Parts: sequence; C-alpha cells; structure tokens
Amino acid sequence: MPLLCLEEVVCRFGAQEAVRSVSLSIAAGSFVALVGASGSGKTTLLKTVNALIRPAAGRVLLAGEDVTRLPPARLRRRVGYVFQGIGLFPHMTVAQNIAIGPRLAGERLPPERIARLLELVELDPAFARRMPDQLSGGQRQRVGVARALAGGPEMLLMDEPFGALDPVTRDSLGRKVRDLHESLGLTTVMVTHDMAEALLLADRVLVMERGALVADESPRALLAGAGGAAAQALVAVPRQQAARLAALEDGR
Amino acid sequence: MSAIAALLPALMPKLAAHVLISASAIGLAILIALPLAVWASRSRLVARLALGFASLVQTIPALALLALFFPLLLSLRGLFGEGVPTLGFLPALMALTLYALLPILRNAVTARARLDPGVLEAADGVGMTGWQKLVLVEAPLAAPFIMAGIRTASVWTIGAATLASTIGQPSLGDPIFAGLQTQNWALVLAGCLLSAGIALVADGLIGLIEAGLARRKPWLTGAGIGAVALGICAALAAQGAARQERPIVIAAKQFSEQYILARLIGARLEAAGLRVEYRDGLGSAVVHSALASSAIDISVDYTGTIWANYLKRSDNPGREEVYRTIRAWEAETHGIRVLGRLGFENAYAFAMRPDRARALGVARLDDLARVAPQLVIGGDPEFFERPEWRAVRDAYGLSFRQSRNFAPTFMYDALASGEADVISAYTSDGRIAADGLVVLADPRQALPSYEALLMLSPRIARDERVERALAPLVGAISVEAMRAANYAVDRKDGAKLTPAEAAAELARAAGL
Repeated sequence: MPLLCLEEVVCRFGAQEAVRSVSLSIAAGSFVALVGASGSGKTTLLKTVNALIRPAAGRVLLAGEDVTRLPPARLRRRVGYVFQGIGLFPHMTVAQNIAIGPRLAGERLPPERIARLLELVELDPAFARRMPDQLSGGQRQRVGVARALAGGPEMLLMDEPFGALDPVTRDSLGRKVRDLHESLGLTTVMVTHDMAEALLLADRVLVMERGALVADESPRALLAGAGGAAAQALVAVPRQQAARLAALEDGR
Repeated sequence: MSAIAALLPALMPKLAAHVLISASAIGLAILIALPLAVWASRSRLVARLALGFASLVQTIPALALLALFFPLLLSLRGLFGEGVPTLGFLPALMALTLYALLPILRNAVTARARLDPGVLEAADGVGMTGWQKLVLVEAPLAAPFIMAGIRTASVWTIGAATLASTIGQPSLGDPIFAGLQTQNWALVLAGCLLSAGIALVADGLIGLIEAGLARRKPWLTGAGIGAVALGICAALAAQGAARQERPIVIAAKQFSEQYILARLIGARLEAAGLRVEYRDGLGSAVVHSALASSAIDISVDYTGTIWANYLKRSDNPGREEVYRTIRAWEAETHGIRVLGRLGFENAYAFAMRPDRARALGVARLDDLARVAPQLVIGGDPEFFERPEWRAVRDAYGLSFRQSRNFAPTFMYDALASGEADVISAYTSDGRIAADGLVVLADPRQALPSYEALLMLSPRIARDERVERALAPLVGAISVEAMRAANYAVDRKDGAKLTPAEAAAELARAAGL
C-alpha cells in the first residue's frame, strides 16, 4: 500500500480552481519533487497533505486514513513541515522551537533529544539556548528542519525550503536533507520551482501546470526527453545553463 | 512653591480617588478591548465596527462624554429602578473606559495584523489549535504593542479623569476647578502637578512592562506590574481608611458664592459633630438631580433657576408665591426639603462700566436697547440659553452686535478690558460695588427673582441634627454681607481670602 494517496483532489479559492482533480500515490521511502511555475498549485496541493488546506472535493489518505478526520496535532506529528518562510517563533529559543510539536501533544522533549536533532542538521548543541534572531538564514532553516523532524515523522513536507538561502548554503543543506531522508527512512515531498534542484535531489519529479499534474517521471527519464512540453521547457533551463558553462570552459 | 507644598497633604484623598478611578477605567477598557481585538482579528467586519465606534467616541470631547452619561443613566432608572447611580463613580468609570478603549483596541488590532504571516502559518503547521496559537504565538508577539496602547490610554485617562469632578466623582479636578473659580493659583497648580505626576509615573512603569515584554526580560515586566499593583493597593488602602460612615456631602456649583456657602454650611455641621465632604465644581444642571437622588446632601440653589429649569414655568406670580410653589413641588416630586431662604438674592442684572454708561447715555434697559446693535454682551456659559435672557431680550427688543461666553469670574475682567460692553452680572456679586459698576434698572420687571434656598436631600431631609445646625442660617445673610464675602474671594490683592476664611468672616458678619 502507498503511504500517501490523493484521490481526485480539487481545491478552490473563491471561484478560482487552484488544484483541478489531482490523483496520485506516493510509496514509502520515496523522495518526490513537485515542480511548477508560481501559481501552478503545487503549494496548495502540498498543504492538503497535512490538512492546512481542506480539499473542496476528493480525499487525501495517509496510510489509508483521511487526513481531514485526524486530530490536527496528531496528524502534524506524523507529517513534518518545513516552511518557505522558515517560520521560527521569534519569542522562543531554538530548543523551544524544536520542541513545540511534541509539547502540543503533551510530551516534553529531553535536552539530549534536542541536542541530537541539532547534530542531525549539523548545528552545535549549544545553539539550543539561542534566539532565532541570533542565527543566520541557513542556520535558521536547519532549525526549521530539526523542528519538522522532532516528532519523529513518517513524512516530511518541504515548501521551497531553500528558497531564501544563498547558493552555497542551499546546495549543502539540500544534500543534508537528502542524507537525512535516507538515514531516517523518510518519505519526502518537496515543492520547488527550481528544476535543477528537483533533478539532483529527488527520485521522482512531478510537474504541475495551472492546477493539473502534467508530468510524473524519474529525473533520468526527464533528462531523456520524457514528460511532455511543459516538463521539457523546465528541464531546458538548467540543461542550457550547463551547456553554456561547459562552452565557457572549453572556449578558454 | 512652599504654598503648593503646604496644600499637598490635604489633597491625598483626591489623589487616591484619582488613581482608583483611572485604574478602574483602564482595567475595564483592557477587559473589553482585548477580547474584542481577538474577535476583530478573526472578522474584518468586527474590526471595522469596533475601531469605527472607538474612533467616534474619541471625537467627542471628554467633558461632553462625561456629561452625556448623566441623562443616559437617569433614563436607565426607568428600567432598573432608583438604585442606578447617576453621578459619581459609575458614570465617570463608563465615560473614561470608553475613552481609553481606542488606543488599546487599535494597537492590539494593528499588532495582530502586522504579525509575520510565515510565523502564523508555522503555528498551524506544527499543529496548534486556534486557542494554542492565540496563547503561545499571537499574544506574546503582540504583547509589547498592546502594552504601548495601554500606556497611551493610561496617560490620556489620568488627564481626562480631572474632568470627572464635574459629574461628582472626587478627583484631582476638584482642586483645579475650585482653584480656578476662586483664583487660588496654588491650588490649581497643586492639582495639575499631582495629576501630571501620576501620569508620568504610570507612563514610566508601563513603559517598563513594555520594555520587559519587548526584550523578553520577565524580571523587568514583573517589576513594572508589581509597582503598578503596589500603587493601586496604596490608593485603595488610603481610600478604605477614609471611608467609614458616609459623610454629609455638600455641593458647590462653579462660582465663588457657592464655595463660600458650602464652607459656611460645612463649618456649622462640623461644629455640631457631623462629618462632611465637599463636591466642588459641579455643573449647575447636575446639582438638582444629584440632590434628588441623594448623591449629594446639601445644596444652595436659587428660586429663578428652579422655577425656569425644573418647573418649566415662565410666568412671574411674585416672589412669595414662587417660593411657596417651589417648596411644595420639591417636597412632593423629589422628597427634597427646602429648609428656607438664606435672605439674599443672586439675580441676573445687567452691568456696565460707569464711563461707558455715561458716554452712551444708558441708565435703564430701555436705554440699552437703543445702542445695543453697536455693543458686545458677555454672559456666563448658560446665560444665553436661559428663559430670563429671552424674556429680557423680547421685553426690551435687545439685539447686540455680538454675544460672548465667559466663566463668571472672568466676566468682570472682560468688562474692565473692554472685551465686553455690558455683562450679565449677579446682584450678590461683590465686584459690582468694588468696580463701581452701574446696574441697569429693569422698569418692565422682565428679570425674575433669584432668592437663595437651602436645600436638603431626601436622605437627610428629616435629620434633626442637620436641621438644628442649619436653621440659624435661614434669613441670616444679607446681600451686602454676601457681596463682601464674594469680593473677598474674588479680589486679587493681598486681602484675598480662601472660601473657608470668607465663610468664617461671613458667619461673624451675620452674627452667627
């Protein structure tokens, strides 16, 4: 049985249809990238998974259970979420931020566990007592990832997780997340508009256009030309950039 | 400076009352504004309505807002019975609370609207319920801004609370208004300094709480809250110590004669072993209703005022008939006891500077009608609304170039400086004689009589000790003695007396 199953999910904002009847299943252990231009509906679709948005029609099943019927606090412990805006609580220490999910479920996270989570995202355990405004952007998003992992989730949802970071931090944190995905046995869905990032990190790439799923391929198949015009238009960008960089090197 | 310092100890009860009314109003405003702000953050309509209403209230002058609660509460008596207080703490609390609402509400709503949407999304994303989000995220992040709103509201409220004097709530407005009327500037300054002092202290302490919240230093917040609580407790203790059996409350309207007579009455009651309290600076319209509801116990009012304002009569059946009618009417409709007439009259009269009167050839009101279109008339704030004015105006066909309002004590200065050519003077006013003014004759008898009446509230109407102490005042005060006492308080040179001193002088002159 797939871990996550979307059945003809429709989302509307007023008269506008943001997601038009998307069906999809994701096997446990896969790393899926959801790619598309701004306004294509990818963030909306992602938010239906942890019930931040309720679909107007259709169902979202997590291990066979309808997510809209699960108590929010319990659902969100099983589904870690990394936000585009990072969204650390500015009035709480790093440790309090990390421990917030379990705290809401009535559990106290011991300091050793917080130190372990900080180590997982390659931060010094001494950071636990710092406030978010004392951290760099990259460090903050590492805390964001640690917070998403604190409840011991089965699934990790990431919405443009590296969007606000500089290219070097972006690359290293991307690899780190991929490593964590492997070592913790997670199922990960990452929303991004950067096809290069999707191709390099994911083992399955979904392309969305105007609310509909238009391609569902492996990175290798996409690079080989599969997936249709919309997907190929997105693949063309990093491919051409790579070619121009290669030409620059050769021409020297 | 030393004159002010000497006044301060006596003002401590007013200070305590001022702190308590301000703190109660701010506390109540917080209790109303914060839940309203939470609701407003979840409904655009509520936000618009609540902020619109609070802004509207803010456009009403504080004094008018305070005055408006009196008729409002009076009408509520029809619904809830006579137990509804119409004066004093309740209306002051309601008006000041409304006034304090806007800054708190506006800051709370704005603070919530400005919270980082990413942080709010994260609160949902980690699984917070609506209540958890409010308590764990929205409230702590908005707290410094809300505190800034409370700080603004506190400074406003402490300032506006001085105006609560006009509706019978003791506050630091009492010395300010009393001092203004009797031109006792030390008293005015003492009241202002204390009120400004409370405002500064409150501003500083709430600023401390605000800084503690903003910099996440709980000890700073705690220290601020502790100091505020300590101040309020001290005021409560001071007031608790002062309150035993309710004293006899003597009211004074906003002019010198009233202050003097209040002290004269108070001194006699104290000599008889009764405890008294003064409510100075009450609005004229408020005094009568306050007496009827026993919110105050003793007032001196005038036959002409009651005849026109409360019996709504405009005829003039002669002074004896007017007195008998009023006496019976008060007893029957309000349970107020008219103990008797003090003996003098404080009627309206028209007065001019002698040089002006001579130059214009004016000795009587019909002479005045001839030259009125070139003249400016000055009157006290209520004069031009009164039926007497209309009666005189119509009887003589008076039409002035301009009419201006002055506080009673400043009217004579306006006449002296030429800002007014003729003023509505009072017959008992000492400055008529002191300034050598000409009082214009009233050949058509358009001006009604204004005999001073000693009035007792229903609460003490049958109190024998009060009756024994005050009976000697009936018929004892001549208009000359009253003029002399009034002048002693109104004059500005070294022979100026306080109302209490003038009252003692008056008692001697009247042979009491």
